[in-house]
Amino acid sequence: MTDQPTPLPDGLDWDGAEHRAVVIVGTGPAGFTAALYAARASLDPLVVQGSAPGGQLTTTTDVENFPGYPDGVMGPDLMQDLEKQAVRFGAELRWGTVTHVDLSESPHKLVVDETTPLLADAVIGATGASAKYLGLENEKRLLGRGVSACATCDGAFFREEEIAIVGGGDTAMEEALFLTRFAKTVHVIHRRDAFRASQIMQDRVLSNGKVQVHWNTVVTDVLGEDAVTGLRLEDVETGETRELPVTGFFVAIGHKPNTEIFKGWLEMDDAGYVLTHPDSTHTNVEGVFVCGDAQDHVYRQAVTAAGTGCMAAIDAERWLAEQDVIDEPRTETEYHAAPAEDSETHRPVAESEA
Amino acid sequence: MSVYVTGTDANFEAEVLNSDQPVLVDFWATWCGPCRTIAPTIEEIASEYDGKAKVVKLDVDNNPQTAMKYGIRSIPSLLFFKDGKPVDQMVGVVPKRVLAEKLDTLAGQAA
Repeated sequence: MTDQPTPLPDGLDWDGAEHRAVVIVGTGPAGFTAALYAARASLDPLVVQGSAPGGQLTTTTDVENFPGYPDGVMGPDLMQDLEKQAVRFGAELRWGTVTHVDLSESPHKLVVDETTPLLADAVIGATGASAKYLGLENEKRLLGRGVSACATCDGAFFREEEIAIVGGGDTAMEEALFLTRFAKTVHVIHRRDAFRASQIMQDRVLSNGKVQVHWNTVVTDVLGEDAVTGLRLEDVETGETRELPVTGFFVAIGHKPNTEIFKGWLEMDDAGYVLTHPDSTHTNVEGVFVCGDAQDHVYRQAVTAAGTGCMAAIDAERWLAEQDVIDEPRTETEYHAAPAEDSETHRPVAESEA
Repeated sequence: MSVYVTGTDANFEAEVLNSDQPVLVDFWATWCGPCRTIAPTIEEIASEYDGKAKVVKLDVDNNPQTAMKYGIRSIPSLLFFKDGKPVDQMVGVVPKRVLAEKLDTLAGQAA
């Protein structure tokens, strides 16, 4: 942990700050599930929505692998259902983004939108992950002007046009296939000579007549004044550069965890995923729990995010009971799993049901 | 009761370009997830800025001419108009505070 935490803004009224037992940061499947469980445990959780309320599923169309929806469900509808369910049990939702934290003492300090101080005995970080961009200056400048990280949102604006997508994983394959519904040609640009996507997705893409693959190729610039007119490509083997005229450029090169606010406080791996204690959502800071994609670079599914969100709420509840912030955890009756104390670490360990 | 205006290709000139107030135009579509996410914010802004600024929601599927004219390639796209000209553009789910600050600035200039 070489990163230094960002200092809190000056001049905030911490004496008058709102103080909650549980604050949940983020509103994807992890955050809403944590909110649902925390609300049902009468912890009166406050949920700070973040800069992308509803999370990554709001930029998808059909979700076909969330258990309980035999006919699939639209991502945004699933998120509205999860929100309703959490709110029904009393979770309080608030607009805004947590911009700063100070986790040096309990209660922990959080700042919403750089202006509003907030104190929390337990913090549940469910900040998720965001689409990565290549990091080119013109890519940023032309965002919304032909550059997009959301094929399902923006594909329809490119009917019968030449467009390109960069990436080689399952997401890139899915989006490339989706884009063939609209575009005249979908140029798939990949830096290696093979995709890492699953075979079935590769086969679908490679057999699609609208797809043209550019192997061993990287994008070095996005061209255009007011709108995208093309890409500058480089062949990684020969070093040759060429221009590809396209009007749309979709980026699907993976995700990065949204953990900047926790830098310097929480232990992370090199990619920025928060390290949690094995089989739990505990972090290196007492009373701070992290769930969902912010700590998971392996599974990254809506259902695993929801699962770890549930774990975070239960971990937080038991921790609060240990600290005497709340009375006995209701875990035994609520979740049919008896809490047990690990005296070495003061961390609760779930016992299997008798 | 909604205070936002439903924009169309037909009324865009009258409602947006000829407005004496600054106008926030939300280019959206029914099938766009992030558009639905930001919709409640847009409606709150419309109520809170009633009388100071105008909020217009324009469905890009039904009004392709206006969307094309302003080069909309991503939705939600939020365009700010003042004196008939687009002065700023934001893409995606934007925090309410950012929208409010922009409208405050534009409305302040008008006063």
